[in-house]
Amino acid sequence: MERKNPVFTAFVYLCAILLAAVILAPLAWLFVMSISPAADLAAKPLRWWPQAADFSRYAQLLSRAENSAGAAFTSSLRNSLEVAGMATLAAILLAVPAGWAVSRTPSVGWSLSMVIATYMLPPVALSVPLYMGLSNLGLLNNVFGLALIYLTILAPFTTWLMKSGFDSIPREIEAAAMIDGAGLLQTWRIITLPLAAPVVATSALFAVLLAWDEFFYALLFTSDQRAKTLTVAIADLAGGRVSDYGLIATAGVLAALPPVLIGLVMQRALISGLTSGGVKG
Amino acid sequence: MSGTWMTTRAWLLMLPLLVIMVAVIGWPLVDTVRLSFTDAQLVGTAGNYVGFDNYTNMLTSSNFSRTLITTTWFAVVSVAAEMVIGVLAALLLNQEFRGRAILRGLMILPWALPTVVNATLWRLIYNPEYGALNAALTQLHLIDDYRSWLGEPGTALAALIVADCWKNFPLVALIALAALQTVPRDITAAALVDGAGPFNRFRFVILPYLAGPLMVALVLRTIEAFKVFDIIWVMTRGGPANSTRSLSILVYQEAFSFQRAGSGASLALIVTLLVTVLAVAYATLVRKTAGSAA
Repeated sequence: MERKNPVFTAFVYLCAILLAAVILAPLAWLFVMSISPAADLAAKPLRWWPQAADFSRYAQLLSRAENSAGAAFTSSLRNSLEVAGMATLAAILLAVPAGWAVSRTPSVGWSLSMVIATYMLPPVALSVPLYMGLSNLGLLNNVFGLALIYLTILAPFTTWLMKSGFDSIPREIEAAAMIDGAGLLQTWRIITLPLAAPVVATSALFAVLLAWDEFFYALLFTSDQRAKTLTVAIADLAGGRVSDYGLIATAGVLAALPPVLIGLVMQRALISGLTSGGVKG
Repeated sequence: MSGTWMTTRAWLLMLPLLVIMVAVIGWPLVDTVRLSFTDAQLVGTAGNYVGFDNYTNMLTSSNFSRTLITTTWFAVVSVAAEMVIGVLAALLLNQEFRGRAILRGLMILPWALPTVVNATLWRLIYNPEYGALNAALTQLHLIDDYRSWLGEPGTALAALIVADCWKNFPLVALIALAALQTVPRDITAAALVDGAGPFNRFRFVILPYLAGPLMVALVLRTIEAFKVFDIIWVMTRGGPANSTRSLSILVYQEAFSFQRAGSGASLALIVTLLVTVLAVAYATLVRKTAGSAA
C-alpha cells in the first residue's frame, strides 16, 4: 500500500469529495426541484435553494381526485406494483425448481445456458409478434399480459441466481435427509428451501428492480390508466406539456424511492450478487 | 437412484420454465424471422412473401447506415468512459480514508435509480430555458447565453452519453472494487519493495486481477449500449434531426410508428445478429484474457 504521504492523503480526500459531489449533485437537484415553488425554478438567475420548501406536489400526486395528475400517477403506481409483484412471484416459482434441477443435474445445464443467452436478444426482436399475440389474446393494455411478458427478462435472471445459490448448498445435506427416508418435496421443505431463503429473497428483490425499471414493453403494450406503469407515466410527464417542472421531478423522486431504498438496505447482497458473475469470470 | 431417473426428473422440474420461455421468447423470435420475409403490416394484412426485399432495402438505406454509426459511437464512447471512470473510482475507493464506507454506499444510488427517472432528471438539467446546467455555466461565466443542449445535433448525443455514464459508471466501479479486494496485499507490498512505480504496479500487479471481471462488465455494458432505447426515447426520441437515433429506436419507428411489421422485423434481426457477433467476439476475447491472466 501507499506510504502515508500527506500530499497523497490530501489528493485522496479531494478525489473522494469530487466523486461524492458527482454522485450526489444531480440527485440532490432532483429533490430540490420537487420542493421549490414554480417561480423559483423559472427565476433567472436560478434559485438553487427554495425560499420556502413546498411539499404540496407530493400531496397533489398522491391524491386520488378524478382526472387530476394524481389520479394518473396513483393508478400507474398501482399498476407498477401489481405487474412487478405478479412477474416476480411467477419468476421465482419457475426459477426455484429449474435452478435446483440444473444445480443438481449438470447434464441439463445447456438448456439454462440457452435461456440465459436470450439476454443478448434486443427486446425489439420479439416485440412485433408479442404485440400481435397479446392483441389476439385480448391482453394488450392489461397488467396480466405485461407481467407475462416481463418473464422474458425476469425468469432467466432469477433462475441463474437460484442455480448459483443451490450450488453453494452441499448436496450431502440433502442426501442425508433422503437416506433418513424423506421424499424430494419433504427434503426441499425441511432442508433446501430454508437454506436457500436468503438467495430467494435476493433473487426476488433483483426481479422487482428489473420489473420496476422496465420501460420498452410497457410503452408498447399499455395505453391508459388500466395498465400504464410508472415508467411510462413519467415519460409522458417529461415529454408532455406539463409546465411545472417541479411536478415532473416529484414524480421522479416518488418512482425512485422504492428501488433506492431496496438498493441501500440490500447493499451487501446486491453487490455480491452483481459481482459474483464478474469476479468468478 | 439411477442416472436416467435423475435426468428425467431434472427435465420435469425445468419444464414450466422452458414452456414459458418457448412461449414468450422462442415463438416470437421464430415469428419475427417469418415476418421479416413478408410485407406484413402491424394491424390488418397478414402480408405476402417478399423474399429478401426487406433486408436489401434496409441494408442499402441511408437511414440504416447513419443509425448504425450513431449507435456504435454511443456504445463505444459511453462504455469506454464508464470503464475508465469506473476503474479510477474503484482505485480511489480501495484507498483508506474516512467516509469510505459511506461513499461506497452512495455508488449504489445511480445504479438503483430507474433508467426513465435518470433520463427525466437529465432532461430537466439540460432544459434550454430553466435547466440547471445553463444556470450553473452562466453563473460561472463559462457561457454567455443559454443553450439547447438536447435541441442541437452538435451537442445532443454528447449530452446523452454524459447522462448514461453517470448512471452506469458506479456499477463498473463496484465490480472493479470487488476485484481489487482480491489482490493479495503481500504482492503489492513486494512490488513496492522492488521499486515499481504507481503505473507499473497498476499495469503488472493489479490489472491482471481486474482483467477478467472487467471484461465481463465490458461485454455486458456493450451489449446493453447497443440495444439502447429507454434513455434516448425519454430524452430526445432520437432527435434533433435524427442525430441521436439508435438502432432500437429505428426498429420502433419502422414497426410501430409506420406499422411496417415485416420491414421492422428484418431490421430487428439485423440488430440481433450484430449483437450476437459482438458477444461471440467478446467471449473469445474473455477466454483469451482469462488464459493469459492465469
